[in-house]
Amino acid sequence: MTSLSMVYIILYYIAFAILLGGFLFKIWRFAKTPAPLVIVGTPGAKSGIGTAARVASDALLFRSLFRGNRWIWVGAYCFHFGLLFLIFRHLRYFVWPLPMWYSQVEQLVGVTGGIMVVIGIVWLLGRRFFHARTRYISAFSDYFVLFLLLAIAASGLLIKFRVRTDIIAVKTFMLGLARLHPQPVPADPWFLLHFSLVLALLVYFPFSKLMHAGGIFFSPTRNQIDWTRSTERRHVSPFENTKSA
Amino acid sequence: MADIATPKLDGKIRIPLMEEGATAHYHTLESSPALNEALGYPGELVDNWQEKAIEKFREVLDTNKALRVFMDICVKCGSCTDKCHYFIGTHDSRNMPVARQDLMRKVYRRYFTLGGKLFPKLVGAEDFTKEVLDEWYTYFHQCSQCRRCSVFCPYGIDTAEISMAARLIMNHIGLGSKYSNEIIGKVYNTGNNLGIPAPALQGTMEFLEEDVQEATGVDVRYPMDEKGTEVLLIPPSADFFSAPHVDSLIGYGKVFHEAGISWTVSSYASEFANFGMFVGDFHAMRKIAQRIKDVAREFGVKRIIVGECGHAWRVGHSFWNTLVGPWDFLDSRYPVPQHICEFTLDLIKRGGLKLDKSANDERIVTFHDSCNVARASSMGGYEGGQFEVPRDLIKATCNNFVEMAEDTIKESTYCCGGGGGLLTDDLMELRIQGVLPRAQALHAVMESHGVNYLALICAICKAQFSKVLPYYDIPMEVVGGIHQLVGDAIVLGGAKHEV
Ligand code: SF4
Ligand code: SF4
Repeated sequence: MTSLSMVYIILYYIAFAILLGGFLFKIWRFAKTPAPLVIVGTPGAKSGIGTAARVASDALLFRSLFRGNRWIWVGAYCFHFGLLFLIFRHLRYFVWPLPMWYSQVEQLVGVTGGIMVVIGIVWLLGRRFFHARTRYISAFSDYFVLFLLLAIAASGLLIKFRVRTDIIAVKTFMLGLARLHPQPVPADPWFLLHFSLVLALLVYFPFSKLMHAGGIFFSPTRNQIDWTRSTERRHVSPFENTKSA
Repeated sequence: MADIATPKLDGKIRIPLMEEGATAHYHTLESSPALNEALGYPGELVDNWQEKAIEKFREVLDTNKALRVFMDICVKCGSCTDKCHYFIGTHDSRNMPVARQDLMRKVYRRYFTLGGKLFPKLVGAEDFTKEVLDEWYTYFHQCSQCRRCSVFCPYGIDTAEISMAARLIMNHIGLGSKYSNEIIGKVYNTGNNLGIPAPALQGTMEFLEEDVQEATGVDVRYPMDEKGTEVLLIPPSADFFSAPHVDSLIGYGKVFHEAGISWTVSSYASEFANFGMFVGDFHAMRKIAQRIKDVAREFGVKRIIVGECGHAWRVGHSFWNTLVGPWDFLDSRYPVPQHICEFTLDLIKRGGLKLDKSANDERIVTFHDSCNVARASSMGGYEGGQFEVPRDLIKATCNNFVEMAEDTIKESTYCCGGGGGLLTDDLMELRIQGVLPRAQALHAVMESHGVNYLALICAICKAQFSKVLPYYDIPMEVVGGIHQLVGDAIVLGGAKHEV
C-alpha cells in the first residue's frame, strides 16, 4: 500500500470518528439538558401524534420557513433535497449489493440532485451576498460552509461529466473503508480533491451550525405537547426539589 | 405627552432599511442595590462580573434545553429578520431577532465552543467585554418576549427565551432593570404589582358595588377575602384601579352574579401578573405563583378563575402546574386555572347569561391577540382555542366585529410594544415605535370599517395602547376589555341559571 493510501485511510477514519463522536455528543447533550418549563409555541398539538406531525412538517416540508420567507424556502428546499438525492446516489460506495432498481434510478437521481444542490447553494450564497439584512447577520463561517459545499458539489459533478475517474477503483476503495478492510486509494487528483473536501465537511460538521440537522428535533418550542393544564400529567422541572430564594 | 415624532399612519406595514445603533442610547433605568438584594441578587455590578456571568451562563445552558439548542442551531437564514415590531418601528439592525440573539451567541461561541475559542473572528465570537454587556442591557430590554420571531424560524428559535436568559444572567451579576425588579419586590411585599395595600383594595371593591348599584339598580357583589367561596378570582391588579381595566372587573362581577356562583378576590393574592417570567427567574416565578396556591388552599375555594392578563395567562396556563402543581385540592372538573373568557363563554353557551347585544351597537369592534395568549398558551382545551374563545365571546356580546389584516392577528399577531417588562416611562420612545405595525393594522380597519373599539384581554396591552396610540392620533378611548363589552351587554337578572 502506498503512503498516500495510508494517509487517506487514516484521515478517513479520524474524520469519521470526529463526525460520529461529535454529532452523538451534541445530540446527547441536547437530549439530556432538561427543559424547566413547557414553552411550546402555540397553537400546539395536544397529543403526541399531533406534535410528531408538527415536527415532521418542519423537518420534511420546512413549513415554518415557508411561512416566514418563500425566497429562502425555495433555495433551502432545493439544496436539502438535492443533498438527499446525492446521498442516495452515493449509497453504492457504502452498501453492496444494492437492489436492481437502484442502478436503474441512480443516475437520474444523482444528476438531478447535483444540479439541485448547486442551484440551491448559489441561490443561498446570492442572498448572503446581496440581501442586506442577511449579509448583516452573516459571519465568515456562514459563507465558508456554503463555499465548502459548493466545492464538493462542483468537484463531484466534474468527476461525473468531465474528468471521469475510475469508478470501479473508487468503489473498491470506499467499500474497503466501510468493511474495515482498506484498499489502495485511487490516485486520481480530482477524486482526491472531492474526497478531501468531504472529509473536511465531516470534521467541521459537529462544531458548527450544521448541527441544526439533529437539533431541529430537540427544539422545545416545537416538540413539546400542549397539555399543561392536564390533571393527569405534570411537567417536572429540574428545580422541582430545590428551594426558591 | 412627550415630544416624540411618529410617522403618519397609512395602514401599511413596511420593512425598513437597517439603521445601525438607532436605539443604542435606550437604557431602561437600572435597579437599585436595595431592590436587587430583596430579590436575592447582588446589589450592584460585582467586580468579577465577567467570570460570574460566564458561570451563570454555563449553569443556564445546563438546565435549559431551549437555550442549549438555540445557541447551536441557528443557521442565519434570515427568515426572522423582518418579523419583530421593534425592528419595524426603530429600524435598529440589532432589533432583528437573530441579531439580538447573536449578542448572546457571540459570547456563547467565545467561551463555550471550539471554533470560538480558536478563531473568534471567523465565527463571529467575541469576548464578554463591558461594551458587550452594555449591548446586552440595551437590546435585551428591547425585546418584549412576544415570540413572533419564533413562529417563522425553521427551528422555532425563540428570542424570548434568549432575552429571558440574558436578563437572568445580568441580574445575577447585579445588573437588573428597575421596572421589573421593583415590581417583583412589590408582589413579595404587598401581594400585587402596584403595591396597593389591602384597605385600598377593599375600598375599590366597595366603590364598585355602589357604582354598579347606582347604574343598574341591582346589588352585584364585589367581595374580597371571603373564605369558602366557590371561586377565587385572580385579576391583574391594574383591574382594581386603572382605566379601562376596571370596567372588565365590573364585567367579571356581573358574570358571577348572573351565574349565581360565589366568588372572592384575595387582598394578598390580588395580582395575577408574574414578572418573574420577564427576568427569566424560575424561582421568583415559583414564589409568586405559590402565594396564589396558598391563598386558594387557605380560603378553601373549589376553583381558580383568572382575569384578563396576557403574560400571566401564560404563566398560569403553561407554568403553574410545573411551578407549584399539582392542584389536587381543587375541583378536578375545572382546569387550573380557568380563564374568565372560558368561564363566561361556557356560561353563555349553557344559556346562563342574557345578553343584549344592541347595548354595544355604537361599537365597531376589532380584537388584538395578545402575544402570550396567542403564541404561548391556549384556551377552551383545544388547539387554537385561544383565538376562537375571545372572538366567540365578542361576537356574543356585540353586532359589529371586524378582523384586522390576516398577517397581524392570531399566531402572527404583532405585540402592543409594551410587554415583557418594558412598560415603563423610561422606554417611552421604544414603546411608541414598537406599536407601529399594530397601529397601522388598526388604522386600516378604522378607515375601512370605522372600527372604534380595540378589544383586549391583557392588562399590559390595555395600559400600553392607552398611552401610545394617541401619538398616532388614535384616541385612547378605543381601548377596552372584552369583559367591558360583556358587562355592558349583560341583562342583569335576565337568565335562569343553574349553579
Ligand atoms: S420575541 Fe418579539 S420582541 Fe423579541 S425579538 Fe422576537 S419578535 Fe422581537
Ligand atoms: S429564522 Fe431562526 S435560523 Fe433563521 S436566522 Fe432567525 S433565528 Fe436563525
